Amino acid sequence: MSDGGAPALKTTCTTCPYCGVGCGVLATPKPDGTVEIAGDPAHGANLGRLCVKGSALGETVGLEDRLLYPMLHREGVAQRASWDEALAQVAEGFKKTIAEHGPDAVAFYVSGQLLTEDYYVANKLMKGYIGSANIDTNSRLCMSSAVAGHKRAFGEDLVPGCYEDFEEADLVVLVGSNTAWCHPVLFQRLVAAKKARPEMQIVVIDPRHTATCELADLHLPLAPGSDVRLFNGLLAWLHEHGVMDAEFVEAHTEGADKAVALALQTGGSLAHVAKACKLSEEKLRQFYALWARTEKVVTAFSQGVNQSSSGTDKVNAIINCHLYTGRIGKPGATPFSITGQPNAMGGREVGGLANMLAAHLDIASPEHRALVQDFWQSPVIADQQGLKAVDLFEAIHSGKVKAVWIMATNPVVSLPDADRVREALLKCPLVVVSEVMARTDTADLAHVLLPALAWGEKDGSVTNSDRRISRQRAFLPVPGEAKADWWALAEVGKRMSFGESFEFSSAHEIFVEHAALTAYGNAGAGGRGQGMEAVPRMLNLAGLVPLTAEAYDDLQPLQWPVSQVPIPHPPSPIPASRLFSDGRFAHADGRARLLPLLPRDPVNKINDDWPLVLNTGRVRDHWHTMTRTGKSPKLADHTSEPFVEIHPQDAMGWGVQNDRLARVVTAWGSCVVRVRTTSAVARRQLFVPIHWNGTTASDARVGSLVNPVVDPISGEPEFKHTPARIEPFFVQWYGFVLSRQPLNETTLRTLPHLAWWTRVQGTQFIRTEFAGRGEPADWSTWAHQLLGASSDDPDWLDTRDASEGLYRGALIEGECLSACVFLSPRPEDLPARRWLSGLFAQESLSDMDRMSLLAGQAATPGVDAGATICSCFGIGRNPIAAAIREGCATPEALGAKLKCGTNCGSCVPELRQLIALVKAERQ
Amino acid sequence: MKPRLILVGNGMAGVRTLEELLKRAPGQYDITVFGEEPYGNYNRIQLSPVLAGEKTIAQIITHAPEWYAANGIKLLTGDAVVAIDREAKTVTSAKGVTAAYDVLLLATGSKPFVLPVPGKELPGVIAFRDIADVDSMLSASRTYTHAVVIGGGLLGLEAANGLVKRGMTVSVVHLSDIIMERQLDRPAAVLLQRSLESRGIKFLLKAATAELLGETRVEAVRFKDGREVPADLVVMAAGIIPNAALAKASGLECERGIVVDDALRSSDPSIYAVGECAQHRKICYGLVAPLWDQAIVCAEHLAAVSTAAYEGSVVSTKLKVTGIDLFSAGNFQGGEGSEELVFRDPKRGIYKKLVVRDGRLDGAVLVGDTRDGGWYYELIQQKAHVGHWRNKLVFGRSFCEQPLERPGEGPANGGIDGNANAARRLGSTTIERRNPPAPEAQAA
Repeated sequence: MSDGGAPALKTTCTTCPYCGVGCGVLATPKPDGTVEIAGDPAHGANLGRLCVKGSALGETVGLEDRLLYPMLHREGVAQRASWDEALAQVAEGFKKTIAEHGPDAVAFYVSGQLLTEDYYVANKLMKGYIGSANIDTNSRLCMSSAVAGHKRAFGEDLVPGCYEDFEEADLVVLVGSNTAWCHPVLFQRLVAAKKARPEMQIVVIDPRHTATCELADLHLPLAPGSDVRLFNGLLAWLHEHGVMDAEFVEAHTEGADKAVALALQTGGSLAHVAKACKLSEEKLRQFYALWARTEKVVTAFSQGVNQSSSGTDKVNAIINCHLYTGRIGKPGATPFSITGQPNAMGGREVGGLANMLAAHLDIASPEHRALVQDFWQSPVIADQQGLKAVDLFEAIHSGKVKAVWIMATNPVVSLPDADRVREALLKCPLVVVSEVMARTDTADLAHVLLPALAWGEKDGSVTNSDRRISRQRAFLPVPGEAKADWWALAEVGKRMSFGESFEFSSAHEIFVEHAALTAYGNAGAGGRGQGMEAVPRMLNLAGLVPLTAEAYDDLQPLQWPVSQVPIPHPPSPIPASRLFSDGRFAHADGRARLLPLLPRDPVNKINDDWPLVLNTGRVRDHWHTMTRTGKSPKLADHTSEPFVEIHPQDAMGWGVQNDRLARVVTAWGSCVVRVRTTSAVARRQLFVPIHWNGTTASDARVGSLVNPVVDPISGEPEFKHTPARIEPFFVQWYGFVLSRQPLNETTLRTLPHLAWWTRVQGTQFIRTEFAGRGEPADWSTWAHQLLGASSDDPDWLDTRDASEGLYRGALIEGECLSACVFLSPRPEDLPARRWLSGLFAQESLSDMDRMSLLAGQAATPGVDAGATICSCFGIGRNPIAAAIREGCATPEALGAKLKCGTNCGSCVPELRQLIALVKAERQ
Repeated sequence: MKPRLILVGNGMAGVRTLEELLKRAPGQYDITVFGEEPYGNYNRIQLSPVLAGEKTIAQIITHAPEWYAANGIKLLTGDAVVAIDREAKTVTSAKGVTAAYDVLLLATGSKPFVLPVPGKELPGVIAFRDIADVDSMLSASRTYTHAVVIGGGLLGLEAANGLVKRGMTVSVVHLSDIIMERQLDRPAAVLLQRSLESRGIKFLLKAATAELLGETRVEAVRFKDGREVPADLVVMAAGIIPNAALAKASGLECERGIVVDDALRSSDPSIYAVGECAQHRKICYGLVAPLWDQAIVCAEHLAAVSTAAYEGSVVSTKLKVTGIDLFSAGNFQGGEGSEELVFRDPKRGIYKKLVVRDGRLDGAVLVGDTRDGGWYYELIQQKAHVGHWRNKLVFGRSFCEQPLERPGEGPANGGIDGNANAARRLGSTTIERRNPPAPEAQAA
């Protein structure tokens, strides 16, 4: 870099690390260390748009709280170690465990946040070298029902459509998808399409009235878990109304008869379906008729479908209807799985699930196993399914799995029955965690902590919901000793003496190997040895195998399959691609399958003890367990606290109050959150967001409440349905702290009288909301402890109203506000946090500011009386000047009007002077 | 012939009563004033700024001899009245002047309380009451070093501050363990003491004076516990005693002071009493505000324009020490049935305590920021309900009330607020709190 002049700003095209829409992002690091973020107009997923989470990425790249060095837990304390030490401990630990207990005694639990290259190496190490399939991913929690449904219907995990289908459709049905909040950019495309063609119909099927419903022509608030009934009913309706693409069904599908027969049996009566789904017959008829008469229909689904004990059946119930009408593989007509994570798809492609092998090949098939082992030239190959997420942690709990490596995910927060997950990890002899943050609920339990590269630092590729491979590129320097996850995996592979199979020196080398595996033995080509049969599959990246390092660096977003080497910079946009346009599916016979589906209720039913249904999900501006979005003040602003939504009438019935705290209890755990009464949730339902965790709240890990019930095929947990009850959580006072430094977590957990807290990042401060019971002997002392005002004589100001139970205090350091605390028995009496937060930007505080600080408001500007003239009555210059202008020409007249000068009289000369000045000013 | 009114005591209370009377009934009486001091009327409260060098005597004279002449009042200065003959309705002065009255107004004020200790007669031992005392202090400060002020009340602290400013080493001796215990609560007193200490004043608390030592002039103060401090000047500021000797001698009903009714009338219907010499409903006031209230009621009766009743005053206190803001009013000690609102900012020397009783403001102590003292005082006097302001009250008026003037309204628009030049002009002579004002001639 040149010395002196400012370096030219360089913009990097990369991909957003949040949801499965997979938007292109332009990132420009600035000399001041900030990063300017913009949408990439050239990216096919977003065409320049970004949602609020994406837009705020620049606020999340700071190095605060980052894990920068390998750490080893020795005698209960995390101590910095070298990579060599840490990797040796991981390799030795895994080797020893395998030697003593076999390969199935170890496991990887990875993440849809990993890049495809990281995923590939993890999968290769586990399945081809360790010889177990114990690698599962947090995609299990959001996508595995879609995977299983796709495989059953199509023969391979394939999303047929593309985002353009949403724009070309005449009807878009969003099932179990709060698209407006969870996939905002795709939603914006839909909004734009609807604006352009108002006749386009949008139907939302969701038990909750979500933000997405604002766009809907029709909202069906179906009973939780009743989706299979609803779509069986649709299939029956289609059959009865003769809405069928008989030619397509005949030529390209199997199983239609059986599927229709069972649909008729379980969904043949509209009245029956309406009752079971708790919908009005009228609405249901309206929906069925609309779907039936609209050729161009997209039925998109998300976690509301997947996260269910009948998730896979729900997926197939939807696909059945599309297959029956031939509405698939055509513009504007397709079932569409919207994925939750940036690289859930990439992970699926390389086989990062315990029931897959690699490259869409099956673990159960000897042919497939032989193909992969042949390609890898590996010593072994896993020959049976490994443990899926929930079972995996259960196996850790029972001691069957004794060593686990967790990467880029936070299962202590996100898994069902999360307290048991925590217990499992506490018992596990070797827990390795690769993280970017120094502290997460999971990282706190690690024996070995490995510092990973974060978004903006790591380099590789991801695949979004419409099969679009995009590069995530590095644009920030590597902090500390952080390393790519693939590097750490490969180093462990080498130390486990798998040597040359893990001699990767770049993400490019890994990607090309992955591409080669997708092409290997595929469709009769791919350079497989003589005498070996081809195993055709649609995932084929043959065109990317010859990529040079430069071409990989320069790779433009593209949808797979990729048969040709892509032109580096195509002159015009490549049209979006669809699968199955030719009616050929991935089953060996080329036909898709319709499945006969028997509706099943959620496993655990509500009853007198557990009368409410707990539903969980995302809020608009947070992501997963908030380890990244929690850093952004902008994002924290929208929903700053964990909450439970409840219908106002239920709230009355259960004795909980809006804005007050409540405990939500299930048979598995409980949490304490703030109550929001809203008719957006139906009667007898509760909604709690998934994001809050042990570092952001005292007691709000909703994962600990969720029943550990899974779909029998996909293994996906039933996050959307856990029987629960709610009860008031009585506290005697509420309060909050705004502080430049986070409050000490141990203090929060141990300080007497604190019963509940949650915290959120603001600009230059952290806000901690809390509530408590009982009263300390002295609030001031208590508040000093809470804020950690430890010096002998801190610059501390406070105000109290003991009878009303009010206390407010502030700690000043230098001239700046360091922290302030507010307490009141009535939460509505606490001042506006937003106004107070502005004081953190001030470099010094005047006496009036200090007063305003504790008042929690600005002084009314006009009330400022100016410099005091009459001290006895506290009359300032401004009202006196005003009175003179209104005609008070003598001190006596002023005294009569304002009382000034009428006590000790010492200001009378000043009054005369002021009278003279005002006169002079008038002349 | 007009009825004759004689005022005994040419001080603030008496002259203010005359002013109020003249407003209501000019020329109704033939007025004569006897004053012991050889001046016109001056503002006794302002002696502290004079001592501190912030004002001159000329600046605190409120009524020069010309005022009396202009109002047809006969003024006799330097001549105290020594006897009243209630039968003959006459008064006799020290210089032998006898004058007849129809109505007599006593405004004889109070006397400093002098500790009955050995040595109290020594030269260098003075009180702080009048211009002569200020002169003594000023001349002592030019010659001597060590001053001891006995009494940590309002007057004592003002004297101490003045003497420190005049270059003396000053110790304040006080019987209680906190200063100004009648006007302040403990935290306020501690804060005040701290800021006075930072100005160089030393404090000897819980110190009972046993003896003043010295041969030809006072040299030291000795306490009951045996401690001694050097003293070239001792200022007795341990309290005041209503000056009721004359009234008592004439047979008027007196207790601590001259007993008056709600019309400020003594036991003799022809004789009124106002100010520090008067005792109303068992209370003798030592502060200025009640004097003004009394003056109005008394004038109403003298002018026979109403039968207004004086029902006592809520007292507020301010300390006239430049740079130290202190205010107290009402029943600020709190206690049973009352509730306290407290604001503390010790690093800025600010302490505020409001006492609320039955939803009404009942008392206030302010240190360091007295901006709102007057407002609180009003609220206390009005017995206003403050419940709706309770969360904000302690922060002051500007947090409780709506703007004084709505912007863009009225003639103010082109004025000080709206006209930059005018504002600058006004700004250039901005009158800071309690700075010595510029001579008035300059401002004209």
